[in-house]
Amino acid sequence: MQEEIIKNIILGEEEDYLINVGPQHPSTHGVLRFEVSLQGETIKKVVPHCGYIHRGIEKMCERDTYPQIIHLTDRMDYLSAHMNNEAVCLCVEKAMEVEVPERVTHVRTMLDELTRIASHQLWWCAMGMDMGALTTFFYGLRDREHILDIFEESFGTRLIQSVNTPGGLMQDIHPGFQKRVKEFISYFRKKLPEYDQLLTDNVIFRERSEGIAPLSREDAIQYGVTGPSGRASGFSCDVRKSEPYGIYKKLNFKEILRTEGDTLARYKVRIGEMYESMNILEQLVDNIPEGDYTAKMKAVLRLPVGEFFQRVETSRGELGVYIVSDGNKTPYRVKFRAPNFSNLFVISKLAPGYKIADLIAISGSLDLVIPDIDR
Amino acid sequence: MTFNIYDFTELTRSIDDGLKAVMSPGWALFTELVLIGLVFLILYALIGLFLVYAERKVCAFIQNRLGPNRVGPVGIFQTIADLIKLLMKELIPIKNADKLLFNIAPFIVIIASFMAIAAIPFAKGLHAIDFNIGIFYVIAVSSLGVVGILLAGWSSNSKYSLIGAMRSGAQVISYELSVGLSLLTIVVFAGTMQLSGIIESQANGWWIFKGHIPAMVAFVVFLIASTAETNRGPFDLAEAESELTAGFHTEYSGIKFAFFFLAEFMNMFIVASMAVTIFLGGWMPLHFGTGNLFNHIMDFIPPLVWFFGKTFVVIYIMMWFKWTFPRLRIDQLLTLEWKYLLPINLFNILFVAFLTLMGWHF
Repeated sequence: MQEEIIKNIILGEEEDYLINVGPQHPSTHGVLRFEVSLQGETIKKVVPHCGYIHRGIEKMCERDTYPQIIHLTDRMDYLSAHMNNEAVCLCVEKAMEVEVPERVTHVRTMLDELTRIASHQLWWCAMGMDMGALTTFFYGLRDREHILDIFEESFGTRLIQSVNTPGGLMQDIHPGFQKRVKEFISYFRKKLPEYDQLLTDNVIFRERSEGIAPLSREDAIQYGVTGPSGRASGFSCDVRKSEPYGIYKKLNFKEILRTEGDTLARYKVRIGEMYESMNILEQLVDNIPEGDYTAKMKAVLRLPVGEFFQRVETSRGELGVYIVSDGNKTPYRVKFRAPNFSNLFVISKLAPGYKIADLIAISGSLDLVIPDIDR
Repeated sequence: MTFNIYDFTELTRSIDDGLKAVMSPGWALFTELVLIGLVFLILYALIGLFLVYAERKVCAFIQNRLGPNRVGPVGIFQTIADLIKLLMKELIPIKNADKLLFNIAPFIVIIASFMAIAAIPFAKGLHAIDFNIGIFYVIAVSSLGVVGILLAGWSSNSKYSLIGAMRSGAQVISYELSVGLSLLTIVVFAGTMQLSGIIESQANGWWIFKGHIPAMVAFVVFLIASTAETNRGPFDLAEAESELTAGFHTEYSGIKFAFFFLAEFMNMFIVASMAVTIFLGGWMPLHFGTGNLFNHIMDFIPPLVWFFGKTFVVIYIMMWFKWTFPRLRIDQLLTLEWKYLLPINLFNILFVAFLTLMGWHF
């Protein structure tokens, strides 16, 4: 009986035309496998299979001290590495009741938004590629390079910064940081309309994204779809607004919400967020307070016995860090609530009834980062 | 034997006479066929290599890159290096593949494009065969290629390939109609199907200029439909690398893959040269009015330069929209053909027939 159920779940009906999209496929953005039953070109059923790059990060966290855990979180959602770091730092700081200097929260928020723009730029590249517009890739990467250069100048690293540590930053920002950020904003304000010219306003892109795979608000909440994908369905889930951390409560910014919930809405929310992130950066860049770049911390960090939780808004949704401490220098248990994991499984609800080409566009619009799903 | 860069009729006739003087007519014909075959093989390889290089440079230009720039000056030998690499690569045998069809498929594709090139007039008196039904021949022969694509997808025992091949079949057969009908528009104008005759009819102005709006419409339709017929972006559904990895040629490697690749580029050349021949005056120079200085200067440019120049302009346009447009979906692709292009075309051809009947064109 049980075998039969499993067989039905995995294989579907006998006569279905079954193809595996992945684990090695150009459009899954990593090692993810969609098992797709087709009828002609139309999708009957999609079953996502994950776990191909499961590295046991949560288990590894139990072995490491808190400053070491930070570097593991980089490797989950590598495109929002800074937010992942920050989540653990905030959780540890909250548990230890450490007051971090204002400069640190300020700089962290700026790095958050820079990371968010860089991540959305890469998403835009990949989204275009998934739709078959190859030129988007180079436009997006061209602009993303400027952000990575800013990171490189200050911290020596580009993709994952690993600059956070409980209590602050490992090193101060480069003196040219402010100037570079200002240059980037004025540059990117000019370049972002190009994105619309190249892809958003293209008639083929519109045809392929408008009204495709709408996700209702109820479903978004039920599946726990957060981040831009959830906000496209009208699910107001921005942690920066609902549970502000860092300096966000002092800032004046909009939460981009749309109601359509289709591929185009998910696309437009991300484009809108890039504008919004630039607004936030503009508010912050001129008044970075002077001061220490880290609080005084003990040499060995021990969290008090108890359970601690912190959520942050990464570029893909809500990341929750849950730490159970037994008073040792290593945590007893760490659990990450990864946004991509929830965002992935909604695809088996969205895709059926659409064409195989739409599946790729939908998974592109959900903006999945596979290492974050598997952890 | 005189060599005239503006008219190759004498040159070809004198070669023919010279051959007939030394051997029997049968052998002379045979020698001529071999000679033409050799010339076309070399031309085919050269144009193919050039087009691959051109596409890389054009797409690099569109994408803010430099493109190949290491092998030779500005990378001109890059495609030759790639060709050598492809020649030396292993031909991976596919398990459970239909061996015969699998091996035959690339040849069918490449032969179809090779046959079409025979009818193209490169300059005055410079074409292999001048059929009186030249357009019909080109349409018929170029549609053979889809058989190769279907076989490739069917025989390689891969689901991705099969989907790609089925898409390609649906696509090519649909768009064949639009290609044929848009060419017919000019056939009605010119009153002949002979390619040389159509070019002669454009001596006083290209059809796209003197054919009023219908010729414009037909040209645009032809450009769209022929891009679809060559399986190039934004109509590259048969390959659709983001969906089907590489579509019908997923399982091919080495030189067999190169055949598909080369055939795609040559089809692009054939389609562009057909557009030039039918709509843009073939090797005819650009003329405005009669007997002015501009026309004399234009006449001075050799027909070969005109032909290849115009062809590469059309090819550039095709590359341009390949590299800026996203890919269509299969249902949108068929909607575009059956609901838009075909009705437009049918009305267009009726309109042209009316115009010609009333004698309202120049």
